[in-house]
Amino acid sequence: MAEVKEAVVKKEREALFSKKNRKLITDPLDDSNPITVQVLGICSALAITVKLYPALVMSISVLFVLGAGNVIISLMRNLIPNRIRIIVQLVVVASLVILVDQVLKAYVYDVSKELSVFVGLIITNCIIMGRFEAFALGNGPWKSFLDGVGNAFGYAWILLAVAFFRELLGSGQLFGMQVIPESWYLSNGGFYSDNGLMLLPPMALITVGIIIWVQRSKNKQLIEDN
Amino acid sequence: MDVNKNSYTFTFAAIMVIVVAAILSFAATSLKDRQDNNVRLEKMQNILSSINVEVERDAAEGVYSEYIKQEIVVNNSQVQSGVKAFDIELKKELTKAPLERNAPLYVAEKDGKTYYILPLRGKGLWGPIWGYISLEEDVSTIYGATFDHKSETPGLGAEIKTEVFTSLFPDKQVLDNGDFVGISVMKGNAAGPHQVNGISGGTITSVGVQDMILDCMQSYIPYLKDIKTASVEQVEENKLVSID
Repeated sequence: MAEVKEAVVKKEREALFSKKNRKLITDPLDDSNPITVQVLGICSALAITVKLYPALVMSISVLFVLGAGNVIISLMRNLIPNRIRIIVQLVVVASLVILVDQVLKAYVYDVSKELSVFVGLIITNCIIMGRFEAFALGNGPWKSFLDGVGNAFGYAWILLAVAFFRELLGSGQLFGMQVIPESWYLSNGGFYSDNGLMLLPPMALITVGIIIWVQRSKNKQLIEDN
Repeated sequence: MDVNKNSYTFTFAAIMVIVVAAILSFAATSLKDRQDNNVRLEKMQNILSSINVEVERDAAEGVYSEYIKQEIVVNNSQVQSGVKAFDIELKKELTKAPLERNAPLYVAEKDGKTYYILPLRGKGLWGPIWGYISLEEDVSTIYGATFDHKSETPGLGAEIKTEVFTSLFPDKQVLDNGDFVGISVMKGNAAGPHQVNGISGGTITSVGVQDMILDCMQSYIPYLKDIKTASVEQVEENKLVSID
């Protein structure tokens, strides 16, 4: 008896990774990327992409906050009074971010020093409030989770791509390891010198610009007709 | 249930705040020990780096006890007992007059030589700056210096942290014919044993470093002078006593 009932329930439910659900993850990577298409969260993309390691930690922190936050908001979506919903969203983001900050301080102290105020600024990262308001308030927890993870990945890969180029060209390193041979440098009698400009915020913006350019020339859907 | 009723809204908000507060305070208290330990190890790292010993955070504790032979608290020219030097909050002590402070002093031994490490704390442009400066046995020659800051501008004031700036300090003199003069941070053209070049674009932070050295080191001068006048035999005697 129980088995039959279960089977019926299963039929009505959508598969965990149905085409629609998979789209929730893949869309933000390209077609609706939070940084390059929706142009959200640019501020942190400028600030913490000088090196790969902090960018990676920032991405993981955002992944956690966005994934968990979307689920929490989605679970509470029928309980949240409409008039204070923005405040409720803020409280959820803020407490998750403080949790992340405390954990970073306890376990990866150097990274937390490097990220300093930017961890706190995850609260103001428009991607998070945007996903809460636009998606989690109207969808179930599993879908919200996928949407959160998808958007966090969309944010993360741009962040890491920018950090990759900035660290490689700006300091000749990747994850703090020297990749450009020391003998190439002018000071060692070579022909190469790091580009200090890459370490400054404007080059992050220009790198993001180049990524947007490449993305749009490949993905015709994104080109508005004028 | 009407989720838009006033009473519901208030109840919801109240419960939410209590739950969130409980979760966060639990997290904060349970992680506090680890966080405090990180801060402590970082302080040890900074103290060691002022005598040019660079060490990984995890190894800081062992290396610290290897080099730092004594932690003493200096008040005027007296050694204050019953206060733990490492735990002194410099921020509070600095509100007192220089000679009334309980000033922590770390005595290090490296390659058979004694160094005196003085903690410093002062004001930068945007927030506090701090550091450690180590003096050689003549209590005037700077052996090494390390600075850090809370929120100075990257590329400008924040440069005090870099070796470009700290490497200017070794071999400078803080005493001039036995009188304390400190180190002047100049706008270029630094000359002589009491001056270093500041950071262009970071003048206020550079001056902050100068004031910090002047202010904090004053608490130690009577004590350091006593050490200096103590004859070689006395120093030897002290060594014998400490061996006993």
